[in-house]
Amino acid sequence: MKKTTIITFAVISALFLVSWIAKGMFTEGSSPFLDGFLVTLAAFLTLAIMSFLYKDNPYYKFAEHLFVGVSAAYAMCLGFWSTIVGNLIPRLSSGISEFFKVSYIEGDYNFIYFIPIIFGILLLMRLSPRGGWLSRWPLAFIVGTTAGLNFVRYLRSDFINQVSSTIVPLMIDWQGFGHFFSNLNFSATGQLVMMFSNLVIFIGVTCGIIYFYFSKEHTGWFGRASKIGIWILMITFGASFGYTVMGRISLLVGRITFLFRDWLEIIS
Amino acid sequence: MKFISILFVFLLSLSVSAQTNDIDSTSIIVDDSLTQKIAPPTSVIVEDFKYDDGDNLNIHWVPSIDDLPQDGKVIRYRIYQSVNNGEEELIDSVNFSVNHKKIEGLDIDSSYAFVVSAVSKNSEAKSNKTISLQPEREWINFNLASLFLIALFITAAVIYFIETARRGKELFVRKIAGLEAVDEAIGRATEMGRPILFIPGIHDMDDVQTLAAITILGKVARQVAEYDTKIRMPVARSLVMTAARETIKTAYQTAGRPDAYNDDMVNYITDEQFGYVAAVDGIMVREKPATIFLLGALFAESLILAETGNSVGAIQIAGTARPAQLPFFIAACDFTLIGEELFAASAYLSGEPKMLGSLKGQDVGKALAMAVIIVGVISITLGEAYDIEFFNNITASLKSFFSVSK
Repeated sequence: MKKTTIITFAVISALFLVSWIAKGMFTEGSSPFLDGFLVTLAAFLTLAIMSFLYKDNPYYKFAEHLFVGVSAAYAMCLGFWSTIVGNLIPRLSSGISEFFKVSYIEGDYNFIYFIPIIFGILLLMRLSPRGGWLSRWPLAFIVGTTAGLNFVRYLRSDFINQVSSTIVPLMIDWQGFGHFFSNLNFSATGQLVMMFSNLVIFIGVTCGIIYFYFSKEHTGWFGRASKIGIWILMITFGASFGYTVMGRISLLVGRITFLFRDWLEIIS
Repeated sequence: MKFISILFVFLLSLSVSAQTNDIDSTSIIVDDSLTQKIAPPTSVIVEDFKYDDGDNLNIHWVPSIDDLPQDGKVIRYRIYQSVNNGEEELIDSVNFSVNHKKIEGLDIDSSYAFVVSAVSKNSEAKSNKTISLQPEREWINFNLASLFLIALFITAAVIYFIETARRGKELFVRKIAGLEAVDEAIGRATEMGRPILFIPGIHDMDDVQTLAAITILGKVARQVAEYDTKIRMPVARSLVMTAARETIKTAYQTAGRPDAYNDDMVNYITDEQFGYVAAVDGIMVREKPATIFLLGALFAESLILAETGNSVGAIQIAGTARPAQLPFFIAACDFTLIGEELFAASAYLSGEPKMLGSLKGQDVGKALAMAVIIVGVISITLGEAYDIEFFNNITASLKSFFSVSK
């Protein structure tokens, strides 16, 4: 291990200890030293993760492995206790329910609940060199069911509702060109703006569909419409990019606030 | 005189009490001298709720004549239910002006009768009891007829094109830019002697995007096996791990190199979104992959992963159907499969009749959508602008066909 690494580690450990003691001494509450330790640890882990912006380093690795280990174990425990113990066992056996100290659901006994048990066991057959092929059955069931259910769901939400919502009039409150030009205004709810927004919806959706049409080469008028479609997509993505980045900035502000208010107590 | 004063104070207190009490939770003491009498709702009709599992009934009524838009005396309607001709029980209430209610959660083997009452500040007027009715179960939901017909049309198109492809007819699919780069990206990794990193998103196998990513993985893995390149695939779901291992194993067998396959090519990290991201970022900077595939359902982690991949100099091919994440991929990756292109990619790469036929069938659906939109927009525009009945009828028919109530 390099000398500089040892010195850096010693300095960071010392700072961590100083911060813990200081937080413990000046924090009010029933267990100030425990609270002080937790806040200092949270600050250390935040800085360790942020240090990745500089380059990969042992502190980032520590935070990463801690995060991965804790979250994987938590996910496994959650899956076992909420799905198997919380949902399945109370519907199968009063004896096992009693063992796990969960209340048995009277009258909810149903043979259908054995299907997930069997499928779960079949999935575990993957661990057996001979019976590994059996694990394909539950996978096939999951994939097939997903495809079938999503077909109807997406057909309704992404096809029928989309088509229905795009059937919009391109002329609103139309009483002739004379009336249109004499009452021209640019307010958001005005005739001109409403007509323009409907036109954008119509052209945007139609050209967007053309872009995603794969059975015809994008040449000629079809290619030009497809180009309009991709332009509309890019404008939408640009707006979405800005919107999401602003959301991420607010997350960063949240972390910075934690460091400066809860940990360092520089700001109130 | 004293007696009259006491009586007056008593009546006044009764009136105040009646006005301040919660009208729904207490019974109303009615004094004819103080109450404003109101008319009850009339023509209360109970009927079966169509196309359900036999657990709903509909009731509707003609509102009380005292239920007026302004200065009406009726403040709400109460609904009483009698099960199997038993006692009436208050089950719900609705605001004034409302004249119908769907009663849910009923038992198919019981019969139900209802009474609706109009409620003012200090009185209540009940309607006559309805007939007793038993909810019925319908086996087919005809509200979804249009959905069924459209599904049938698209499915028929898919089957037709699959059969056409099976008979050996070549089906044309236009070039997809991102996919043309797949060969080049794998070749680059081989030349540089660095691994390929394949990220299939963070959703489970119940997401079609993950399915599409796994299908593309099959093609990529086969080429990887032929070129003897390394592939690394960290996953966030155990089922995805199982499916991915199966896919890569099959690809190695097809390429004639089953001995080169190793289960460690695919490894589970964690279900936690940002735990997974932290680990994948670490893998990127430590192993410096030459090529990164980011395909599937990705969320807030998309920019973090794409930027880290970009910083290590990897060629990146990304694809997702999540519109909010596509801008980040377009900004930080070399090639991006936008939405539907991700699904088309699997068919394009595999070249299998089933998948190509399915893609062509979907194109028929898109053509149908375009035709309906164009006809619909023209008819609604002319119908509304010039009040032409013919166009109004077309619009109404299209709107009715392309609306699914339940």
